[in-house]
Amino acid sequence: MAKTDTMTINMGPQHPSTHGVLRVILELDGEIVVKATPDIGFLHRGLEKLAENKTYHQCITLTDRMDYVAGMSNNLAYVLAVEKLIAIEAPPRAQAIRVLLCELQRIASHLLWLGTHAHDIGAMTPFFYAFRDRDEILFMFEMVCGSRLTPSYFRVGGLAQDLPEEFEAKCREFTRTFPARVDEYETLLTKNKIWMRRTQGVGAISAQEAINWGLSGPILRASNVNWDLRKAMPYCGYESYDFIVPTGENGDVYDRYLVRLMEMRQSNEIIRQVLDKMPGGEVQVDDPKVVYPAKAKVLESIEALIHHFHIASEGFPVPKGEVYASIESPKGELGFYLVSDGSNKPWRFRVRPPSFINLSALSTMVEGRLIADVVAIIGSIDVVLGEIDR
Amino acid sequence: MDLEVIVNKVKNNFPESVLEASTFRGENTLVLRAEDILPICRFLRDDPDLFFDYLTDLCGVDDYPHEPRFQVVYYLCAMKTRRRLRLKVSLPGMVPRIASVVSVWKAANWLEREAFDMFGIIFLEHPDLRRILLTPDWEGHPLRKDYPLRG
Amino acid sequence: MGIEAHLGNNVLTASLEKLVNWARRSSLWPAGFGLACCALEMLVAVSARYDLARFGMEVFRPSPRQADLLIVAGTVTKKMLPAVVRIYEQMPEPKWVIAMGACASSGGIFDTYATVQGIDQYLPVDVYIPGCPPRPEALIYGIIKLHEKISQEKLTER
Repeated sequence: MAKTDTMTINMGPQHPSTHGVLRVILELDGEIVVKATPDIGFLHRGLEKLAENKTYHQCITLTDRMDYVAGMSNNLAYVLAVEKLIAIEAPPRAQAIRVLLCELQRIASHLLWLGTHAHDIGAMTPFFYAFRDRDEILFMFEMVCGSRLTPSYFRVGGLAQDLPEEFEAKCREFTRTFPARVDEYETLLTKNKIWMRRTQGVGAISAQEAINWGLSGPILRASNVNWDLRKAMPYCGYESYDFIVPTGENGDVYDRYLVRLMEMRQSNEIIRQVLDKMPGGEVQVDDPKVVYPAKAKVLESIEALIHHFHIASEGFPVPKGEVYASIESPKGELGFYLVSDGSNKPWRFRVRPPSFINLSALSTMVEGRLIADVVAIIGSIDVVLGEIDR
Repeated sequence: MDLEVIVNKVKNNFPESVLEASTFRGENTLVLRAEDILPICRFLRDDPDLFFDYLTDLCGVDDYPHEPRFQVVYYLCAMKTRRRLRLKVSLPGMVPRIASVVSVWKAANWLEREAFDMFGIIFLEHPDLRRILLTPDWEGHPLRKDYPLRG
Repeated sequence: MGIEAHLGNNVLTASLEKLVNWARRSSLWPAGFGLACCALEMLVAVSARYDLARFGMEVFRPSPRQADLLIVAGTVTKKMLPAVVRIYEQMPEPKWVIAMGACASSGGIFDTYATVQGIDQYLPVDVYIPGCPPRPEALIYGIIKLHEKISQEKLTER
């Protein structure tokens, strides 16, 4: 009798479909995956250690580069953790602008996911369409803070500066045209027979398994678990906006696709509401020890100059203690656990990375599937290696 | 649910295990005896009132040069009641060993591997305890305070 | 009267070097090698607004054996380094390397135990593009600089 054996092949770290430097070691029986072992760490840059050597303000720029697809969300989670630690709260206008930009960021992140995920499965058109819309959002980010990808716009206590005047008109124009764009993507993919065959029933995970694996974000909601931090544990005033949290039924790749598309529509709605309800006022909390004084004052008053110098060179005073703050980033629950020893640098800077924990369930999702499904499933988890490896 | 209620429930079942209980910035933290972490975690997950079914995070902290040097921090979430709870255990610097909680929450699998990789904390009965972010032949544990930033 | 007078306007003549360089620079095929954040700006450069296709470069080859340009876009870590060098060695001659972004050029903001401080410590880099991340226009400018460099190369160099 012929003896058969499984074949072990290597996928990555240089691979067009792994969305970064991810390596998956696949053990195959013909085309069926017997076992899949992800090997990560190819983008481990030592971010958590680096942050222990920087003041709390300086760490904001480090957070941009973690989930580099959604810079604003990373900034927000970190800044909320520091604000919790030093017990200050940003003014209402700053909170509203934070919500606005994070929802724009959610749309941008999902558009990138859509383009690359569809591209992996073989549909190349959505890539160009999605990037067209993503570019409009990045243009708005550049208008606000000068940088497309790594904003570092939020500060402890508020924002770096107020929105420019042209922003509102551009944003309203975007919210007006965007729903028709999502309709375009749906026309291309949702009822497409090839898309449905490649994604329905693939990579399903049950609700109970998903909770035990610690999954979060659209992948958890697609498994019919109604858990969104914006509703469950609201932050930045999300409780005052009206939006639905979409959930799926089967937890497969197709449901994750539908959930993310719906989330884009809902984000558009939230942005419209924020623009309508935008409060006036300051964008920085009035605390000279934490927030830079106005530049004009710095040039005139010695006290303001001293504060400015002190904050820039040494940072602000932080009590001893530990906090955890998290947000619903486009990938899932992004949290920061900060331990302070009373000095101006964090003693422990721990990131709770949603993609890391979501990816750990990959082996469960691909076992018994075909090798072509591995690509679809990795795409549907929406991993960003910068966040996984830090 | 108050911190007191949780502490009382845990103390009823594990009388010697709770070393400290505190609240800071609205967050509840229990410091536990390291030997009891696995049964307590199972209890916290399975108790019908507490029902901490979601492991949000698991990480290590290095308090060098204080002893006990290492801490393992577990951050739990009860989705039904929307509550969070932090558990901490302290481990000695020389041989930091603690039971793995993978059998309670599968999410702990990679999180414990990362704590092992970065701090050298050994999780007993872990199905696959090896380095996850660094190369397998790497020497040292980078997030320890006596490991230099530039290596 | 040179040979052009006899051939009329139907044939172009040039030195072999100029012809080869023109062919090489007009269809540089990059190996898809996005490592970190810079990869996103590289993807945007391929998309419709910035359009690398006008330089003949929209085909990012998944296999390095079919590529002639390696754009190292992102941080190179010590764990990833053997893979980078292996991909470079698998590319056939002639080949060029662009170090895109601060991390590939010099390690960027990550001066830590796990990061290689610049890929030029291991590979011969032709063009450095600074930025964190550089805009897609900056990438295109770097590519045009590489084109200029290629047009001045001698045949015996590569």
